[in-house]
Amino acid sequence: MVENRPLLTFLTHFALIMGVVFLCFPVWMALVASTHGPDALARSPIPMWFGDQGWQNYSQLLAAGLPEAGGVPLGRMMWNSLIMALGITFGKIAVSILAAYAVVYFRFPFRMGFFWMIFITLMLPVEVRILPTFDVVTKLGLLNTYTVLIIPLIASATATLLFRQFFLTIPDELVEAARIDRAGPMRFFWDILMPLSRTNIAALFIILFIYGWNQYLWPFLVTSDESLYTVVMGIQRMVNSGEALPVWHLIMGTAILAMVPPVLVVIAMQKLFVKGLVESEK
Amino acid sequence: MQKRVVFRSRLLPYLLVAPQIAVTVVFFFWPSYQALESSFFLEDAFGFSRQWVGLLNYTELFDDPGYLRSFRTTLIFGLSVAFLAMSLALALAVAANRVVRAATSYRTLLIWPYAVAPALAGVIWYFLMNPSLGIVAYWLQNAGVDWNHYVNGDQALLLVIVAAAWKQISYNFLFFLAGLQSIPRSLIEAAAIDRATPFQRFWTITFPLLTPTTFFLLVVNLVYAFFDTFALIHATTEGGPVDATSILVFRVYSTGFVGQDYGSSAAQSVILMALVIAMTIVQFRYVERKVVY
Repeated sequence: MVENRPLLTFLTHFALIMGVVFLCFPVWMALVASTHGPDALARSPIPMWFGDQGWQNYSQLLAAGLPEAGGVPLGRMMWNSLIMALGITFGKIAVSILAAYAVVYFRFPFRMGFFWMIFITLMLPVEVRILPTFDVVTKLGLLNTYTVLIIPLIASATATLLFRQFFLTIPDELVEAARIDRAGPMRFFWDILMPLSRTNIAALFIILFIYGWNQYLWPFLVTSDESLYTVVMGIQRMVNSGEALPVWHLIMGTAILAMVPPVLVVIAMQKLFVKGLVESEK
Repeated sequence: MQKRVVFRSRLLPYLLVAPQIAVTVVFFFWPSYQALESSFFLEDAFGFSRQWVGLLNYTELFDDPGYLRSFRTTLIFGLSVAFLAMSLALALAVAANRVVRAATSYRTLLIWPYAVAPALAGVIWYFLMNPSLGIVAYWLQNAGVDWNHYVNGDQALLLVIVAAAWKQISYNFLFFLAGLQSIPRSLIEAAAIDRATPFQRFWTITFPLLTPTTFFLLVVNLVYAFFDTFALIHATTEGGPVDATSILVFRVYSTGFVGQDYGSSAAQSVILMALVIAMTIVQFRYVERKVVY
């Protein structure tokens, strides 16, 4: 603060509180709605304080799911989401760190060619090439597998760029020292580069976990088998479940369950998250 | 930039880049090439025969008032989301940069929506604004607004704009806050000594110095609104009513998967790819070079 202005300080706090209310209110309402029965949500205005059906709603969701939308238990969907999110996260980190290592620490023909090929993937998001990508995985016979949920999404230009940027800042003396000690390239990678990259990997892990968990279009296209539904995508079938009216108390319960894991990760590892976000975008 | 000291190995580097390159070729280049190729053909619904039609798929698109309307919708949607999410985030960042007390609590409470999937943000706002039981719709109706996004296209568009912007505020907030914190304290203090009011200081010093951040966020927000919001729209309005909320990415999907018109969907994909490429180049050319003073 440059100078003391009580009125401005008051306005500052007021603005921040309004911002917090605006951001939290929708989720508050979702949380409240998920603790009521269908009757309480049948007439307007709906209650703004918790009901007593919470336990019942959530245990029904987790164990049995929603009959109108195929009846897949949410426990199952969340498990699928977790496998997909972790698969994508570890996959992306592994392939990116290896590729960045090759591009920075070796000279070989087509080195920059490979680098540009990876870079170009930034410009080809799934959303814009939906049909042909779907065609490709159909031809490969990959529909309805965990593989198809994970592998096509593990190429990552941003992660590769981030690791490349980081490797370039590591002093050359380390490589020289390693070579004097007769360490081979993989030895150097495991014993020196990996430990040095730990913070970067952790920060990236958070961003990529959220990215993986929140995937929607891709799982929607490639899984028709209900046992492979992920939770973020599964909610769509509840909202648009045809003839039956949407059962809002259960849909909101699903929304809450689906957002808890990534939100917890952000809150618990706030510092790393901010670092990962700001660095991976630059 | 290059390393002076490198390892020598004939085979190893290729093995190291192989996984990433394999995924890239199979799931990125091959499909993109196919999109490009089939945009020049007319295909029957079962894929048995196809016929070279040159640019017909493209010319048809630009003669189609529905497609042109989608362009307009996308533009309105993108600009509104970017403006709303960025201006609110900037206000919050300026405030958060100023407070001393409870600064970390505010930050925590403001950044978590980043982790909420766009589809979930959409579904929750869809519930809040549901004409028969949504609480926000109830308030609006009490205030005399005839709210029903199931029939009113403009209201449906407003609904998805608010939901998309709501989710994006946290992201913009973090970047604006980082930008604000990198502005030298001495500039602000010098201006304060010259008796510039906080308002003047913001518009003549802080805001101009934030230009690089603002530019970067503008591109990121537009990319977000154009592409990542597919989930939000698909899970809620499904492009409707009629096609009031069918933005370009949604149309690629509905033409291809629902309408089964592969040629046209491919042509739309190619147009969108051109758009992404243009935006990525803008981001790297102009934003990286910075708008410096």
